[in-house]
Amino acid sequence: MQDEPTPIELTKSVSDFLRNDIAPLISGHQAFKLRVAVNILDLVTRQLTREEGSDAAEVERLRGLLGVDGSVTDLNRALAERIAKGEVDLATPGLAEHLWATTMDKLAVDQPNYASYKRELSRGG
Amino acid sequence: MIEAELSRSVARWCPGATGVAGVARLSGGASQETWRFDIAHPDGVIGAILRRSPKGYGAAPTRAAGLAAEAQLMQLAYEAGVPSPRVMHVLVPDDDLGTGFVMQRVEGETIARKILRDDEFAAARPLLARQIGGVLAKLHRLPLDKLPELRSRDASQEIAEFERDYRSLDWPKPVFELALRWLRDHDPGPAAETTLVHGDFRNGNLIIGADGVRAVLDWELAHLGDPMEDLGWVCVNSWRFGEIDKPVGGFGSREELFAGYESAGRKVDPSRVKFWEVMGTLRWGIMCGGMMQRFREGPDHSMERAMIGRRASETEIDLLRLLAPRGS
Repeated sequence: MQDEPTPIELTKSVSDFLRNDIAPLISGHQAFKLRVAVNILDLVTRQLTREEGSDAAEVERLRGLLGVDGSVTDLNRALAERIAKGEVDLATPGLAEHLWATTMDKLAVDQPNYASYKRELSRGG
Repeated sequence: MIEAELSRSVARWCPGATGVAGVARLSGGASQETWRFDIAHPDGVIGAILRRSPKGYGAAPTRAAGLAAEAQLMQLAYEAGVPSPRVMHVLVPDDDLGTGFVMQRVEGETIARKILRDDEFAAARPLLARQIGGVLAKLHRLPLDKLPELRSRDASQEIAEFERDYRSLDWPKPVFELALRWLRDHDPGPAAETTLVHGDFRNGNLIIGADGVRAVLDWELAHLGDPMEDLGWVCVNSWRFGEIDKPVGGFGSREELFAGYESAGRKVDPSRVKFWEVMGTLRWGIMCGGMMQRFREGPDHSMERAMIGRRASETEIDLLRLLAPRGS
């Protein structure tokens, strides 16, 4: 077990420093690059916060859909192959719900301000 | 700097020109550059744009039409009344500037978010979807026998090409697989009529002024194919920049786009437009994957490129909204 502060607390402290102390000092292309850097740190923080829970739920759904066990990567590869072969499609019970849940979990990390995501979230997640 | 070469070049083809000023690089990667500059002239300053591949960067990437073809297409479009910059000069070896062309600079805005939000464009915005329909109809009517040599692509070839690109990324994505299946199941076959297709006609590649569309830019992906491809691509959600209920670039409705197209004397096939919108959404998603790969393998190890890799999920939610919509 590693010591604390946690990675989430550490990335957040760097992000806060860049945003509050450095951003006001620079302009132009450097300021643009800094905004990208801060966005990256915020994405990493969101992923560290959510990934464990969302991956566990995803694996649970994938095991149900595919009837096999494996890592989240292996199971995604297996699902991709079955869809490619036409063995699984939108008529398969649970597939659409699984893809929606997985995609919503990804957007929550990648682009929580994306308009399509916010619209779907307002439908109840 | 390229000021000296530009000065010598304009002296040869722009009678009366006394030099150049304000030379500044605008954008582009290593193989293709865009520069703005002013031509000093006794009758007044002439705003100009240079598009070029520097010496040693002759070969165009596989999908690109090449700068010579781009210049020819823009000139043909200009002559046919498509809003387009006038091409002033195609570079020759004596210019010592590489390959490319010089065009008239059109004033206006290309940054999509500004066009969608700034007051300056408030009057133009409601007109744009219909106007874009009219512009595309003119573009699709450019005579095939006058076009430069272009690659030809129908729907089946495009599906195969994107599938190959996607598989080469080794990036298993169930939503992309679903989209590929859907595209194969809904392949409309070759179009009844093959026309010039711009290939990247979207909000971001148009110069917009207070009066509407002033110029169509970035012809590098032009090819021969199904004209409905351009109508589908302009509707891809990624080019609505948040205005998701206005499918045509965040400006307006498909109905307005189609009305503009048909009132200019051409027919719309809405099911083909939908097919190309799905294709376009997947295409941008796979391109995001390509950016991730280039970031990972270098030479472009920039943060911006890395973050574009994380935008693939935007196309996944948009594909689900198209193919497996949830109750409203």
